[in-house]
Amino acid sequence: MTTPLDRIRNFSIVAHIDHGKSTLSDRLIQETGGLTSREMKEQVLDSMDIERERGITIKAQTVRLNYKADDGLDYVLNLMDTPGHVDFAYEVSRSLAACEGSILVVDASQGVEAQTLANVYQAIDNNHEIVPVLNKVDLPAAEPDRIRAQIEDVIGIDASDAVLASAKTGLGIHEVLEAIVTRLPPPKGDETKPLKALLVDAWYDAYLGVVVLVRIFDGRLKVGQKIKMMQTGAVYTAERLGVFEPKATMVDSLGPGEIGFLTGSIKEVADAAVGATITDERKPTDEPLKGFKDVQPVVFCGLFPVDAANFDDLRAAVGRLRLNDASFTYEMESSAALGFGFRCGFLGLLHLEIVQERLSREFNLDLIATAPSVVYHINQRDGSTIELHNPADLPDVMQIESIEEPWIKATILTPDDYLGAVIKLCQDRRGVQRELSYVGSRAMLIYDLPLNEVVFDFYDRLKSISKGYASFDYQLEDYRKGDLVKMSILVNAEPVDALSMLVHRDRAEGRGRSMVEKMKELIPPHLFVIPIQAAIGGKIIARETVRALRKDVTAKCYGGDASRKRKLLDKQKAGKKKMRQFGKVEIPQEAFIAALKMDED
Amino acid sequence: MTDLPTLGVYVHWPYCARICPYCDFNVALDRRAGEAEALADAIVRDLQTQAALIGPRRLVSIFFGGGTPSLMDPARTARIVETAKSLWPAAPDLEISLEANPTDAESGRFAAFAGAGVTRLSLGVQALDDASLAFLGRNHGAEEARRAARLAARLFPRLSLDLIYARPGQTPGAWTDELKAALDLGAEHLSPYQLTIEAGTPFDRSVRRGAFAPADPDLAAALYEKTQQILEDAGFAAYEVSNHARGAAARSRHNLVYWRGEDYLGVGPGAHGRLTLADGRTATETARAIPDYLASVGATGTGLTVQDALNPVEAAEERLLLGLRIDEGVPLADLEALTLTRLPDLRTQGFVQVKDGRLIATARGRPVLDRVIAELIL
Ligand SMILES: Nc1nc2c(ncn2[C@@H]2O[C@H](COP(=O)(O)OP(=O)(O)OP(=O)(O)O)[C@@H](O)[C@H]2O)c(=O)[nH]1
Ligand SMILES: C[S@@+](CC[C@H](N)C(=O)[O-])C[C@H]1O[C@@H](n2cnc3c(N)ncnc32)[C@H](O)[C@@H]1O
Ligand code: SF4
Ligand SMILES: [Mg+2]
Repeated sequence: MTTPLDRIRNFSIVAHIDHGKSTLSDRLIQETGGLTSREMKEQVLDSMDIERERGITIKAQTVRLNYKADDGLDYVLNLMDTPGHVDFAYEVSRSLAACEGSILVVDASQGVEAQTLANVYQAIDNNHEIVPVLNKVDLPAAEPDRIRAQIEDVIGIDASDAVLASAKTGLGIHEVLEAIVTRLPPPKGDETKPLKALLVDAWYDAYLGVVVLVRIFDGRLKVGQKIKMMQTGAVYTAERLGVFEPKATMVDSLGPGEIGFLTGSIKEVADAAVGATITDERKPTDEPLKGFKDVQPVVFCGLFPVDAANFDDLRAAVGRLRLNDASFTYEMESSAALGFGFRCGFLGLLHLEIVQERLSREFNLDLIATAPSVVYHINQRDGSTIELHNPADLPDVMQIESIEEPWIKATILTPDDYLGAVIKLCQDRRGVQRELSYVGSRAMLIYDLPLNEVVFDFYDRLKSISKGYASFDYQLEDYRKGDLVKMSILVNAEPVDALSMLVHRDRAEGRGRSMVEKMKELIPPHLFVIPIQAAIGGKIIARETVRALRKDVTAKCYGGDASRKRKLLDKQKAGKKKMRQFGKVEIPQEAFIAALKMDED
Repeated sequence: MTDLPTLGVYVHWPYCARICPYCDFNVALDRRAGEAEALADAIVRDLQTQAALIGPRRLVSIFFGGGTPSLMDPARTARIVETAKSLWPAAPDLEISLEANPTDAESGRFAAFAGAGVTRLSLGVQALDDASLAFLGRNHGAEEARRAARLAARLFPRLSLDLIYARPGQTPGAWTDELKAALDLGAEHLSPYQLTIEAGTPFDRSVRRGAFAPADPDLAAALYEKTQQILEDAGFAAYEVSNHARGAAARSRHNLVYWRGEDYLGVGPGAHGRLTLADGRTATETARAIPDYLASVGATGTGLTVQDALNPVEAAEERLLLGLRIDEGVPLADLEALTLTRLPDLRTQGFVQVKDGRLIATARGRPVLDRVIAELIL
């Protein structure tokens, strides 16, 4: 397939969460005839079940659009729809590296939000040309003029020819397409040079095996060509090449500026690492691409199979998932109570939840996730420092000189009405205010916050106290010493190490209380009374009790009921696999994370 | 002849005059002309065919359950009874039970049922006030039910009353009065059942919609304890979770067949059986839909669609889950296929006891028996 460079446009769609990126993608696909209206469904690119259920994009997706522009020429537009949630920012950064321009979608009623800022600054860092699109102008609350001014004020880019659009009604879609063609630059590249392609994404397909998404920078990639992964040196043959329109269409070759997929019996997950450079085996390029910057996971937790016998399945599953999600890390660990599992790193709690859910759905695994933790630096009396990923590994207090915890710089935008509540939340979470300014009528707060106060439920809390209006973004700042102590949770007098955590001494009691209250709700009644306690060292700081079961017996049980009851017991046996036994107590798998989501006033 | 293995016979008569909103039994309205006649014929034929399968037995009980067998023509009841008696020698104390609804129309046939050989009537009184009966969707009033009970007490050697309690809004005080009033109706056997919301019934949908809520576990436990206490004071032994009898002779011989793990054969649509055959304990089941049952009997002579040999673990699990419901418990020898890992714990905690080689649920264990059984098996 040969498309002249000046007929190609590669662009990402970036925005704050829910501003309409995926819906706009729908309209662009429809307008250019990629799918018939019968094949179309809402947010068609959100193909994973979890994406559709939660109504959010998790994975960036690429589609090739064939567009005949008003100038009468045919263009190939490669669209990359990206996620908006802060936990998936890595997906955005990968997409930006594969394009020359960005469509910045801003909800014309909500205006600039925290992720609008974070994502547009990333696009600017990538030297992208940016076309602002004011979406949702069909809403009665839309104020395009005010939002246009806000974009200029706050972001500092020219928004005078921002496109007014409604991804819902289809208004302005043609203008968006024309803006892409006329305002975004075509890619650069040289077909005569050796092949140089960027590995943008990879996933495992049951029929095709490992599939990789590539962006060609120089040279040409052809079916049958021997290619080399520059970072690992591995050599494969390009077996199939194709593009997503959005249905997969096979092609014979991909030239400079083009984006498409490749299969080649790739066995090693390491050979399909995103950010890798692919070149020709015989005539390799001498300069590999910059690749992607490594991501640092900020939240860690242990993942264990509910049934210890399934460890090998879990090992295979984390490997395959990692192929598709480079922002997730894993390392084997073992726990006294839970056996073998993996200590996994994530970009945030939503990311953790999604990975856990994908593992259980896509690989049919029942998992237990232990309490999430950030990475602490433990300065020991002997002068050494260790990185602590798992609170259960905390050395004896006598050996500890001090503990340092990660702090972040948080940017929060909120309507004035909720400012008081948001400030209170930040103060309660040991935050230090750095800045308070206004973006139009909205307050912009900059806070330093300890990450361990943020990872569990800060985002949920912020959303609930602001009725969904406040938005939030953060960056890791530095490590600071803190008065941190290890809190253990005892269920029926036995410590459950999967629930232990480091907390600030001043916050321990409140945390302990809400943990035991939550556990009380989550542990179903047993035949006996179950005490639940939170403790620091030997001292109990909070306690609750799960009452004993009082009534559980079938009223009628005669000759016809025996088979039914036996089948019910078989079902219960299966259900029991979703519980984990701690001493005499069974704890449901979801309790481990649910316990950390607190409902404070 | 006394050393022949025993046999109970269950006959399912699915028809009802009206379908109650809580009921999930295999029931049907009698709408197809001639179907009931055909069904009675099919039941007779099924009995004959299954008899050939199991070999000689001593017949200890026949139970007509439903549905509403009191809607049956008594002549057909008599014919089925005669057929069974001709197939197997009957024990001298053969029990013949029939479930009846307490409407005037049906009471009118009680004498005829007694004439057909029925020795024990199980009467579905359910509640003793009109508002509750209306809530339960019953087609009879409270006074009508009392009349039916008094008549049945005179006509049949043995009478049992079914009641449904823990109805929405029912207080322990109101239930005490109702239960005591039921004791005055002349029955030596009572089966008070806590209202169960069965999946897929109209009540299930009402509860989901929020139209009413079933009793919470605390209230359910309180009502259960109240029931035990009142009936015990009145001389009724709780010989099973929901069955109470004054004197050993008043206990249901037929239902004890189930709880003791003895053999029974099932005829009529959707009837279950448990038979000890050459290759061990076998679970049988007949076609559930009436037309399917008729077709099956027509084609093969029997309505049986399932004949599953139970493996030793399954057989022992059934023994446990049925046997623990009665006061005599279950012999440990019948449970050898199970590991019963939690047994020592549950004994120490006082939910079960072991006496003379039998495992028995204690008064503490009974209200939570389903959980105790789950703990023992899982
Ligand atoms: N009224 C109106 N609603 C819209 C418009 N565009 C999108 N929406 C709605 O806004 C919601 C979010 O749309 P999405 O397209 O999923 O947003 P997104 O930016 O892809 O969200 P993430 O991928 O989760 O960041 C959906 O309910 C859409 O139907 C629009 O132009 N007008
Ligand atoms: C097969 S039914 C009785 C037959 C007869 N047709 C009648 O209604 O009286 C057996 C008994 O089970 C009880 N029963 C049925 N469904 C019930 C439920 N959902 N909850 C509690 N008891 C129930 C009733 O007391 C009923 O009398
Ligand atoms: S409770 Fe009795 S009458 Fe009512 S539907 Fe069930 S079997 Fe028929
Ligand atoms: Mg989206």
